[in-house]
Amino acid sequence: MSHLIPVSDTAEVQPAETVAAAELQESVRVRRHLPWWRLLLRDKFAMASVIWFVILLAFVFLGPLFLSEKATAVNLAARNAPPGFSHGFLNILGADPLGRPLLPRLMVGARNTLAIAFSSVICALVLGSFLGMIAGYVGGIIGNLIMRLADVISSFPSLLLALIVLYILEPHVMNLVLVLAITRTSIYLRVTRAEVLEIRERAFVDASRALGGGAPHILRRHIAPLVAPTLGTIVTVDFAAVMLAESALSFLGIGIQPPEITWGLMVAQGRNYLTQAWWLAFVPGAAIMLTTLSANLISSWLRIINDPAQRWRLEISRKEAKP
Amino acid sequence: MLRYIGKRALQSAIGLSVLIIAVFFLARLTGDPAKLLLPINADQALIDEFRAREGLDRPVIEQFGVYIWNVLHGDFGASLRRHRPALDMVLEAYPVTLQLAFTAMALVLVSASLVGSVAAYRPGSAVDRTVTVSSLISASVPDFWVAISAILLFAVTLQWLPTSGYGSDIRFWLLPLGVLVLRPFGMLVQVVRASMIATLSSAFVRTARIKGMSEGRIIYVHALRNALLPIITVAADQTVGMINGLVIIETIFGFPGIGKLMIDAVMARDFPVVQASILVTAIAIFTLFILVDLAYVALDPRIRHR
Repeated sequence: MSHLIPVSDTAEVQPAETVAAAELQESVRVRRHLPWWRLLLRDKFAMASVIWFVILLAFVFLGPLFLSEKATAVNLAARNAPPGFSHGFLNILGADPLGRPLLPRLMVGARNTLAIAFSSVICALVLGSFLGMIAGYVGGIIGNLIMRLADVISSFPSLLLALIVLYILEPHVMNLVLVLAITRTSIYLRVTRAEVLEIRERAFVDASRALGGGAPHILRRHIAPLVAPTLGTIVTVDFAAVMLAESALSFLGIGIQPPEITWGLMVAQGRNYLTQAWWLAFVPGAAIMLTTLSANLISSWLRIINDPAQRWRLEISRKEAKP
Repeated sequence: MLRYIGKRALQSAIGLSVLIIAVFFLARLTGDPAKLLLPINADQALIDEFRAREGLDRPVIEQFGVYIWNVLHGDFGASLRRHRPALDMVLEAYPVTLQLAFTAMALVLVSASLVGSVAAYRPGSAVDRTVTVSSLISASVPDFWVAISAILLFAVTLQWLPTSGYGSDIRFWLLPLGVLVLRPFGMLVQVVRASMIATLSSAFVRTARIKGMSEGRIIYVHALRNALLPIITVAADQTVGMINGLVIIETIFGFPGIGKLMIDAVMARDFPVVQASILVTAIAIFTLFILVDLAYVALDPRIRHR
């Protein structure tokens, strides 16, 4: 859980007994203080994932600024244009049956896809950790009720739950975010509750309570900071899961509705032209895969740097490891 | 043991009731069920007739009583499309789905145990890193995209396999199974690997080595059995998750299973069928969870349920 262990303090408190011990201490100190971005450089896969996300963010913030009308501009001359430079730079990834260029559509779709996934995860995180803290700290009947509710939700396939709700309500963006958030809430709830149950028994929580700290104060100042790193790791994995869920729903035709653009919807639309223009379904699907894979890779990197038992794998470079 | 099963069945029944009540009241609170149940282009006369016939003009509580009574007697109403009992349609579709799901899960369990154990044997080695990254990829792919890419490659371009359809010919099953297996496989390999790394460093493995046992026997007979509990837990979760995949796979490959039935029913706004399939699926899931709990006891005698 703890990020950095300040080994340097112990070195100052206890005077070094021998030169060798001091050197050992020194080498430990140097390793432990590697900043997170250097640990990122050590992990090639995580680095590539971060680069992909930076590109995506550029898509999200710059794409709609310049390209939103290009993404819906019909150009029958470039109907089902194959990838390449034959129809100008915008059609580099090909064009759809109405001649709308794929690259700008992909960029505009990135905004919708990522925004939905991001807001769903944030909603699930806020709701789940809030309920989890209540279930863990307050407990009792309320805690039991919350847990049973989480059991019911999590024992049911998320897609079916979304199917029912989107069937009864309208397939609107807000409803979609709500449904996706609800299906993911129970993970945050369980993890938060488990951590709170353990942390609330520690001495510093007792101390705070003895000093007159109320439950909201203890939860906010003493418990939340310790639960946060674990939840952070889950958020990145969950981001990938939510993106896949949204794409699947849009693909099935019960998520985002045209004329809005999302990657899942683009795959669904491209499916009808599979034999004539394979790139229409392939390219947005590949974008989904790269993004979910990146989120999973970043999550596994986060898990390593947050775990004192594994962090050294990245802190010791290859050369040091093999003398 | 029987008491434990009874307790679990009761808990599941409570969960199911919550589900049934939620679906019933959500459907009624969010608007006129006549609009929900009838086609969008239905005229006023049809709506009035429907409301009278289905008892929708009576108080909600009375409707709920009638509804629960019918459900308890296995009557979910007739399909609005086919004019057949909804439950019959669901039970017809079920064997296809079960066959697909169980074959896929068996494949996943066997292959993930083999591959995950190989990776765990030398953590950090080239084999391990390859397995870790490819299992991550396998867990990250959108299944609907893999499905249509596979159709494009194997059915359209190479023409080895049919594009879609259902039959006893194994060629109809290869693509759906292959796609269905991907995500649970990726997830499970990671769990097997983690669980096996922990188990392989324990004392009884060292003892087995000292006794001169072959490495294959140590890994697959001694260690794997002890690493099995977390694997079973995740496998059960993945089976539930597989239902998500089944809906997509059955739709794309045209398998007449519960997933396709459900999507078609949603698209056609055939509410009785949606409801019946949801309830039957939920019962199947709760049964699975109870079976998993019993499997724990069979695998680890230290676990005793009360």
